[in-house]
Amino acid sequence: MNVIRTDAPPDRAAKLVDDFAPPLILPGEHHLCPGCGEPAAMRSSVEMIEELGFANNSIAVFGIGCYTSFSPGMDVEVLQALHGRAPSLATGVKRMKPDTIVFTVQGDGDMVNEGLQEVIHTAARGENVTCILLNNGVFGETGGHMTATTVLGQRTKSSLEGRDAKLHGFPIRISELIAQLDGAAYVARGATNTVGLVWKTRAMLKRAFELQSQNAGFTFVEILTMCPTGWFIETGDAPDYLAQNLESYHRVGVIKDIGLETAAS
Amino acid sequence: MSLELIEGSEAIARAMVSAGCKFFAGYPMTPFTEVLEGMAKELPKVGGVCMNAESELEAIGMAWGAAATGARAATGSVGQGLSLMQESLAEMCFAKLPLVCLNMARGQGDYFQATRGGGHGDYRHIVLAPCDLKEAVRLIQYAFHLADTWRNPVMFMGDYYLAHVQEAVDTGPIDFGPLEPKDWALDGSSSGHGSAKIVSPIMPTKRDAPHPILYGEYLGMVADRQAVIAEGVEALAETGHTEGAELIMVAYGTPGRIVRYVVKKLREEGYPVGYVRPITLWPFPAEILRNACRDAKAIAVHELNSGQMVEDVMLAVRHLPVSKTGGVSMDESGFGIAPDLTPTIVRERILKTLANIQEQAA
Repeated sequence: MNVIRTDAPPDRAAKLVDDFAPPLILPGEHHLCPGCGEPAAMRSSVEMIEELGFANNSIAVFGIGCYTSFSPGMDVEVLQALHGRAPSLATGVKRMKPDTIVFTVQGDGDMVNEGLQEVIHTAARGENVTCILLNNGVFGETGGHMTATTVLGQRTKSSLEGRDAKLHGFPIRISELIAQLDGAAYVARGATNTVGLVWKTRAMLKRAFELQSQNAGFTFVEILTMCPTGWFIETGDAPDYLAQNLESYHRVGVIKDIGLETAAS
Repeated sequence: MSLELIEGSEAIARAMVSAGCKFFAGYPMTPFTEVLEGMAKELPKVGGVCMNAESELEAIGMAWGAAATGARAATGSVGQGLSLMQESLAEMCFAKLPLVCLNMARGQGDYFQATRGGGHGDYRHIVLAPCDLKEAVRLIQYAFHLADTWRNPVMFMGDYYLAHVQEAVDTGPIDFGPLEPKDWALDGSSSGHGSAKIVSPIMPTKRDAPHPILYGEYLGMVADRQAVIAEGVEALAETGHTEGAELIMVAYGTPGRIVRYVVKKLREEGYPVGYVRPITLWPFPAEILRNACRDAKAIAVHELNSGQMVEDVMLAVRHLPVSKTGGVSMDESGFGIAPDLTPTIVRERILKTLANIQEQAA
C-alpha cells in the first residue's frame, strides 16, 4: 500500500503541480469562475499546438475578456491586443513571420460585437491565421450582458426578460457567416459541455492548425463555452443549459473544410 | 544616392524604405493616400509588405502586429482617420512598441491630438514636424530611429503641401547610430521553453516570472516612462534673427517655412523680428524658445488653427505677452490649401503685431 511516511524524511521527491500540468500551461491560479468552459477550450488549443510539434514556433494574439487571464499563464508567446482587434494584429504578425503558427483567442463580445469587421476582413483576405472564438453568448467579464450571439430568450442584465427579436434583434451565427467567404479554408464549431464534444473540438483545432501550417488560408474554430455566472444558473446546470439553449441555435459541427489533405486527415 | 526631383509623398515613401521600414498599412485619405501609393510601389521591391487596410482601425492593428515581431512598421492617416487610430496609439505606448505614424494633416487643427495624446490613459508620443521635403526625408528616418530607441510610437506631422510639392532631395539611408537589439520581439521561438515572451499593454511579465508585475503597478511604470522620454529625447527647433528681436514669431511645419521667409525679408528692411520654428512638437522645445526670447517684448504664434500650440508657448515663456496671428484657413475643397498662408498676408499680420507692441511701449 502506498502510505506516506511522516516519521522520517521522504524517500523520494514530492510530486509538484508542474508534474501534472499539461504542456504549455504555466500552473497557478486564474480568476475564472467554477464551471467556466474557457479553461477546457484554452487547454485544448495549446495541447493541439504541442501535439502538432508547433510548441517552439507559435504566437498567440489575445483579445480582452475573462480568457485574457490566460495570456500570462501560457508558455506560448503572447501579443495582447485591444478588445476587437486581435485578427488585425495577427495579420501583421503573420505577414512578418509567415513560418510561425499564429492564432487569436477572442470571446463573442470581443469578436462578434466590437471587432466583427476585423475577423470578416481577415477571413476574406484568406490570412493564414487561426481565429478561435470562445462563444458563451454573454459578456462574462462585465457580469452577464447581451452580446451579438446571445440566443433568443436568453436572460442577460441588458435583456432582463430574455432576448426578444423585436427589441434586441437576432443573434449572429458567426461561423456560418465566415464560411461564405472564399478566403476561409476551414470553419468549425465545437463545444466544451461534454467530454465527447471536447474531444471533437480538439480534432477541429488540430485540423485548423495543420491547415494553417500548409498555408491553406483562414481557419476558424468557434467553441461554445459555459458561463454559469453570466447565465445566472447553477454551476452544475451549465452544460445542459448550453446544449438546450446555445447549441440549438449555434449548431456544433464542421461547417466548411476545403478538403486539403493533412497528415491527420 | 544623389538629388532627385520628386513629389513629397513619394520622397517620404522612399525615405521610409531607406530607413528599413518593412511593413506599411494604410486606408486611403488625401493627402495620406499618396504616401500609401508610394509604399505600395516601393515596399514590395525590398521584400516588405504594404497592406491596403479595410479601415484605419485595422491599419494600425496590422502595424501593431508587425511591430511586435521587431519589424520596422508604419501607418498613418489624416484627421478623422487618425482619430480612429487613437486607441491603438495609446495602447502601443503602454505596450512599449515602436511605430511610425504619419499625420498628413490638412491643416494644423490636430496639434492637441498629436501632442497631448488623443487616446485614453497617461501617455505621450514623440512628434516631429518638418517644414520642407529636405527636412521631411531626414525626419521620417529619424522617426524610426527614435521609435526603436524609446520603444514608443513617433508621430510625423506632414501636410498637404509636403505631400504635393516637388523638391530635389536625397532619399538615401541615414545612419543615426547603433540601437539595442530587439530582444523583446516575438518570433515564436521562445514558446515552449518555460519562459515565453509577452508583449502586452497591460502587463509585461508572464505568471511564472521571478517578479511578476501586475496591471496597476504596470500603469504606474508606464506613466513614469513619459518623463524619461521627455527628458531623453532632444528637443529640436530652428531659430533665426532672434538677436535684438522685439517680436518672436513661432510657427511649425509649412507655416513655419512661410514665417521664416517673411521674417527674413522684414529683417532685411530693419524690422526687429525673429522666429522660432519648433521641429519636435513633443517634447516641446521650451528652453530653445526661452533663450530665443532674451531680447523680446512679445511673442506671436502663427498656426493654422484657432490656437493650440500657443498654449505650449505660454507654458514655456511665462513673462511675455503671447498673441495669435494665425487662424483656421481652408479652401473650398477643405483638403488643405490655406488661402491665408501667403507671404503677403503673413507679413501684414506680423507688421500689425509689431506696431501694437511698439505702440504699447511708447
